[in-house]
Amino acid sequence: MTQQEIYPRLTKIMRDVFDDDNLVVTPELTANDVEGWDSVSHITLVVAIEEAFGIKFKSAELEKMKNVGQLVEQIEKKTAEK
Amino acid sequence: MQFNWLPVREDFDESLREVKTLSATDTARRLRELATSRLDLTQTSKLDRAFLNALKLHGPLPGLELLRLAILGSATTSHLPPGIRVAGLRRGLAIEIYEAPYGMYYQELNSADSALHTFNPQAILLAIDARHLAASDGATADSALDLLRSCWLKARSTFRCQVIQQTVMPVLPTLMGSNEDRMPSSPAAVLNEINRRLPALAADESVDLLALDRIILDDGLAFWHDPALWLRSKHEVHPRAAALYGEHLARILAAARGRSAKCLVLDLDNTLWSGVIGDDGLEGIVLGQGSEIGEAHLDLQRYALSLTERGVILAVCSKNDEANALAPFTSHPEMILKREHIACFVANWTDKATNLRSIAKQLNIGLDALVFVDDNPAERAIVRQELPTVHVPELSDEPSAFVSTLSAAGYFEALRLTADDRARASQYQANAERDRLKDSATDMDTYLQSLRMTLTAGPFDSLSLQRITQLVNKTNQFNLMTERLTEPEVLARMNDPRWLTLYARLTDRFGDNGLIAVVMARLENSDAIIETWLMSCRVLGRGVEQACLNLIAAAAQSHGAKRLIGQYRPTEKNGMVRGLYTNLGFTRFAEAGGTMRFSLDLHNFAPRPVWMEINLPREALVEQ
Repeated sequence: MTQQEIYPRLTKIMRDVFDDDNLVVTPELTANDVEGWDSVSHITLVVAIEEAFGIKFKSAELEKMKNVGQLVEQIEKKTAEK
Repeated sequence: MQFNWLPVREDFDESLREVKTLSATDTARRLRELATSRLDLTQTSKLDRAFLNALKLHGPLPGLELLRLAILGSATTSHLPPGIRVAGLRRGLAIEIYEAPYGMYYQELNSADSALHTFNPQAILLAIDARHLAASDGATADSALDLLRSCWLKARSTFRCQVIQQTVMPVLPTLMGSNEDRMPSSPAAVLNEINRRLPALAADESVDLLALDRIILDDGLAFWHDPALWLRSKHEVHPRAAALYGEHLARILAAARGRSAKCLVLDLDNTLWSGVIGDDGLEGIVLGQGSEIGEAHLDLQRYALSLTERGVILAVCSKNDEANALAPFTSHPEMILKREHIACFVANWTDKATNLRSIAKQLNIGLDALVFVDDNPAERAIVRQELPTVHVPELSDEPSAFVSTLSAAGYFEALRLTADDRARASQYQANAERDRLKDSATDMDTYLQSLRMTLTAGPFDSLSLQRITQLVNKTNQFNLMTERLTEPEVLARMNDPRWLTLYARLTDRFGDNGLIAVVMARLENSDAIIETWLMSCRVLGRGVEQACLNLIAAAAQSHGAKRLIGQYRPTEKNGMVRGLYTNLGFTRFAEAGGTMRFSLDLHNFAPRPVWMEINLPREALVEQ
């Protein structure tokens, strides 16, 4: 799956998880920029992404991700491995 | 089995968005409908958010029963409430949740000024994780069970509410393997032993189990638990399984409040057998040994019959000529279900929604007590639309999956089994015979006499306590105050000299109807105030109301009471007893907080005529 395909799906998931229909998802976006993106909703987000894309992140990968761009790179890599 | 009994709803997002614009009544209805569809993780939390927003906007939503649930856990539970609330909506419950701070279950229970005490729960869930119970240094099953039991007793004595204990999720690694239990000190063996001993211990203390160890079998431990997530954030239940967890918990909460289904309504063609009886005839339908499909239909019949043994009523609702529909029941050698197993048999060409309404009416149960099993997707869709509270499981076109789907859907969740449950099926058959007799009898008195009824009554005793508590918590229609009580509360009234208690059983020429009436009255000054009066709808219209009044009036008089006070609090379901007290000769004198009060002067009380023999084995009832 390409990044162009991933962004719209990820946007829908993040809008649902953070209850914000106007959320614009960019590569630079971080948890600090989004209201309600705390440790609890982060777990929900990760699980929702894993379920939606049929992938699973490793703990080390999650710890390294700093922004949405890196998250999308991981999704791209993992869906390619399937 | 992830919710495969619920239908997929394509218009979820749009339907949910509209909720904001709906009235309170329509909001409640819409939320309940949406909850009764197959939802993923984010849909569940979206629906939950809409529900919480609706509560802020409208206050309590009409048609939903409020329930305060406290979650006391040893690890992360913050992901559980959305799934629990949505599963509550599915059953008409508006669940308000208090979550104890992380790991503070013991402190919250034992300190009198904790937020838990302010919250005053009506149900408490103890969600204690496996490592906490079985994998700490020197953990034994004895010490773990002692700890749990002390929590139950504390919860019970403080809040007198339903206590639910989650069994231990089998997440611990084995040291030996299949024969792990031969090493008693192994944490996995300790865990096994706790789970082995929990059912008996919980039954002794009237605690209800959430059998997580068995529930996870359908989808497997790998679905329910991820060690990485445990290490990362102390989630024992994986967030993707949270909605299923909520569903199983809500079943237990609903069962304790009389909200489990009571009747299984079966379609015939391609449901109980393969083929169309009207076209294919007795020889043409596929049923029975020798074919996979034929055996699958037998399996469903066998399952239905087993359900009757625990009190579920069976009905048939089929588009057929009645004679054709009956033929397999009387003449097909492989049929497991016989005509006498079916309490209500409806085969005609009227639409199924109308027929389901009449089945509910004939059996005197609510529409939400019906589970309608039909292989035809069009029929299912129409019934869902016309009668949204009837449970209509989604079925694949594979008959071999019917039983597992029905079982996984958990419509008939029950918490305890009484002798009356076991006898219920035959009672409903006898009812059908009584109705036939009624048609032939010329007047009501002759009919009632011909039933040769005997009412056996007495104050509560410990043998009947369980059945009394069950009736108190599940009776919705003939229930004047609809006050739900736990077994310890009923026991307390039984032993309190300021309370008059009465239960009655009814037998007639067709059989034993079991324990069918419960009355509790509180003595205050010279009044006897009836706080609880409920009866099984099976015996309506037979003079049991009058007989109960005579008995409770006599008991009140013998305790020096001058007046009998009756009370009625209307609910969505108890409209049938709105006029009970006035019909029995009471005078309405007050109304406050939605409760109507009626009085009956006992000075010149003349017992009402009844057409039954009254049997009082324990004279305690009229003792001074």
